[in-house]
Amino acid sequence: MANKNQDNTYKRGFNDGLAIGLGYLSVSFSFGIMAVSSGLTWWQAVIISISNLTSAGQVAGVGIMAASGTLIEMFLSQLVINIRYSLMAISLSQKVDSSMNLPSRAILGYGITDEIFGVAMAADHDVGRRYFAGLMTLPILGWTLGTLLGAVLGSILPENLTVALAIGIYGMFVAIVLPVAKKNKRILTVVLMAIMFALIIRYVPFFSFLSGGFAAIVSAVLASAIGAFILPVDDIDDKEAV
Amino acid sequence: MNNSFWIYLLVMVLTTYLIRALPFSLFRKKIKSKRLQAFFDYIPYAVLTSMTVPAIFYSGINLWAGILGFAVAMFLSYKNKSLLFVAIGTVIAAFVGGFIPF
Repeated sequence: MANKNQDNTYKRGFNDGLAIGLGYLSVSFSFGIMAVSSGLTWWQAVIISISNLTSAGQVAGVGIMAASGTLIEMFLSQLVINIRYSLMAISLSQKVDSSMNLPSRAILGYGITDEIFGVAMAADHDVGRRYFAGLMTLPILGWTLGTLLGAVLGSILPENLTVALAIGIYGMFVAIVLPVAKKNKRILTVVLMAIMFALIIRYVPFFSFLSGGFAAIVSAVLASAIGAFILPVDDIDDKEAV
Repeated sequence: MNNSFWIYLLVMVLTTYLIRALPFSLFRKKIKSKRLQAFFDYIPYAVLTSMTVPAIFYSGINLWAGILGFAVAMFLSYKNKSLLFVAIGTVIAAFVGGFIPF
């Protein structure tokens, strides 16, 4: 910790956020396309991205808007999909230094994403407010810019192309889940249960009262709860954040 | 959707923001329960999975677009390709699949 002050500069955080920002460009590009192909305007897509800064939650949110779902459904979907951020926030709160006062936490908490959290936790120094503010700068920019590009392009391109492009975000979801499920049997089990519940809810007429958004939440909560009950975490080392 | 957009957005933003900022501002203790810890570990993967299956099959121009897109996404992900690579492969497969007459 000899160079603690040097580590906790805005500039250092800014640089550490570059790779995340670039990665976010492509994911949010897909989101932008998906949002306009669901009927939103380009500026609505951009506002959603800059204010939410989360991938799966935004995809679910747009789905609920497009289907004119209820506000309860919107609340529950965001709660379930994003509840992992609470855990990250708690972990991160143990690693911040004294510069991270209450107002800073209230403002900078907005920037806790899977990747920003991962980089902050991997830093070999305590996390100061300047560093963390720097760290989230390029990811926020990348996320917003990618959405703008995707949304604008999605409004111009022919329909058969934008519909195909919109599927890209599901491809990314597969690319996040499958490599982890391949290595981790407990996550594989949960994933298979989630697929099973999702298919049952979708195709068994009894569950037709559940909309697409709710179906995904119910399946995910059921699979994770059963998974947690029969397969609790026994080792912290095979714990992986998305 | 224009009027309701802002109400939807408000609920979405408030929920997502409070989930992050409240624990970050208030909590100091770690979660010790192994079951709760496991639940938090599993939820992101379960959510992404149940949002993708079966929705991906119905989000193409036709069923083939979704099926081909999903198959290619599975294959490339299994080969540990990057997010961007998998996304591009999925899009191309879905685009090609869209031309298969039903």
